[in-house]
Amino acid sequence: MSTQAKNMPGFGAITFLGIAFLYLPILAVIIFSFNSGRMITVWEGFSFDWYPRALGNSDLQRAAINSMIVAVGATTIGTVIALCAALALHGDGVPRPLKNASYTMMALPLLVPEIVIAVTTMAFFGALNLRLGLGNVLIAHVVFCIPFAYAPIRARITTIPKSMLEAAKDLYADEWQAFRHVTLPLLAPGIFSGALLAFITSLDDFIITLMVAPPGATTLPVEIYSKVKRGITPEINAAASMLLAVSIFIVLLSYVINRKKVI
Amino acid sequence: MIALMSDRLVIQSVTKFFGSAQNPVRAVDDLSLTVKENEFFTLLGPSGCGKTTLLRLVAGLESCDSGCILLDGADIAPLPANKRPVNTVFQSYALFPHMTVAENIGFGMRMQGKDPADIEKAANEVLDLMRMQGFGARYPSELSGGQQQRVALARALVNRPKILLLDESLSALDYKLRKEMQIELKRLQRETEITFIFVTHDQEEALSMSDRIAVMERGRIGQLGTPQEIYHRPVSRYVADFIGICNFVSAGSLGLAEDVHIGFRPEDATLLVRDGQKPETDGPVLGGRLHALSYHGAVTYYQVTLDSGETVTVADHEKLPVNVDDRVRVAVLPDMLIRCAP
Repeated sequence: MSTQAKNMPGFGAITFLGIAFLYLPILAVIIFSFNSGRMITVWEGFSFDWYPRALGNSDLQRAAINSMIVAVGATTIGTVIALCAALALHGDGVPRPLKNASYTMMALPLLVPEIVIAVTTMAFFGALNLRLGLGNVLIAHVVFCIPFAYAPIRARITTIPKSMLEAAKDLYADEWQAFRHVTLPLLAPGIFSGALLAFITSLDDFIITLMVAPPGATTLPVEIYSKVKRGITPEINAAASMLLAVSIFIVLLSYVINRKKVI
Repeated sequence: MIALMSDRLVIQSVTKFFGSAQNPVRAVDDLSLTVKENEFFTLLGPSGCGKTTLLRLVAGLESCDSGCILLDGADIAPLPANKRPVNTVFQSYALFPHMTVAENIGFGMRMQGKDPADIEKAANEVLDLMRMQGFGARYPSELSGGQQQRVALARALVNRPKILLLDESLSALDYKLRKEMQIELKRLQRETEITFIFVTHDQEEALSMSDRIAVMERGRIGQLGTPQEIYHRPVSRYVADFIGICNFVSAGSLGLAEDVHIGFRPEDATLLVRDGQKPETDGPVLGGRLHALSYHGAVTYYQVTLDSGETVTVADHEKLPVNVDDRVRVAVLPDMLIRCAP
């Protein structure tokens, strides 16, 4: 057991430092969102004032609405595509080399550095002269939403025994009925979990959105960034804290839902 | 083959290949058989003999490579599983975990678009039949293995199929429950008057429940007959071996001039332990030495190495006064000899 990293001397201290390095800045942002003064480095007292102000800011409002439209749209489209891919690639219908090629293709948005995708997507849209406004952002988001939605659906589909579908067909269900009444309900936690992951990834995306979003189609993270450039205020801290809260909630929800077993 | 009125299922020269095109394996090999109406028919054999594949061909979960399957005279081989009036009880039960017991049972009727009131009534009736009243609102995960088994049976029976297919349905249960379910299955078959095709590798189960048994060997039928025929008149050494412990000696050792193997069951021979002791019947008597003995309560098995070098087992209800390495003789009942091709 002594060969395990966790038993080595100093491991605890290094872990603690690592976690502190990652999470202290976030903690600072949250704490200073409750600061009553305008300064973000000097604590002047506790106050909730910045939250209603962030919520009332028309730029942030518009960006938040854009974020929701893009996230909901990209999640819906991406999850449907991921579901179709998982159903098509499950079972013996597809030859193995084609299956492996499909897995890799779908995982590409996770493997390729985001900045590369951002630049190439921007160049691609430019070459096509595609000017759909928020639509451009939506298309770019669908691409990287697919692998996030796909992973939990695929994990789920492999846990459904073949005999379930056979039983459905033996009990007079046609292909559609078997899908509607057996496969879909059994896949539901995976689909929901995948959709939540896609949603949160879309909601939090910055680099790709920054590159492809035309003026007026900025999302919340990009809007926050542009405000930060003009000076950080506790209002931004409040907006970031709310975004963080939504993210954590959705990730936890996704985890809890997918933990339920089929049998 | 002409389908008679009482023939429920006629399987004609059915072949099913598995594996790759370069290396095909005949899971079912040019097999023909007939199952009568209201019969308890068993497919018996070791794993890999093709019995489950044959059952799945009848259910429509696999498609035949050649041959036809006639159900009440009509060829069902081209039909998909959901268009065949047969239902299966799966080895793993395959209950739908997201549905209650009542919903599971009603699934088949619901898919056929039956009236919800009729479905509820039928589900309640079949729960009564299974002695599972009041379990309708439970989920499969809340049931014991035996209860899940009953629900799986109920879910198939409620559709009043022309044939009920049971795929090793009792093998997941423990010994005591399995014995109970064997009796229960016979009762259900009597009361519902549905033709049952039962797949098992357990010869005891097959003998105790079946009207007729087909012993399967590498995708073909080794022997088809009543349990009595199979047990007492096995046609081959394979069938005899599979149906119970059987002793085989060459005809020469028994002083017979035939070129066959002679088999007899441990209970069809007696052990003579005293010198000059007369056998009760005038069958062949073989000399040998006691090799081992094992006590099983109701019977004791005596393993004897014959002078010819062959080893046989004899069963006796009594614990005889004999020790390992003593000289003994084995007297075989003459009318219980089984002749098999070598």
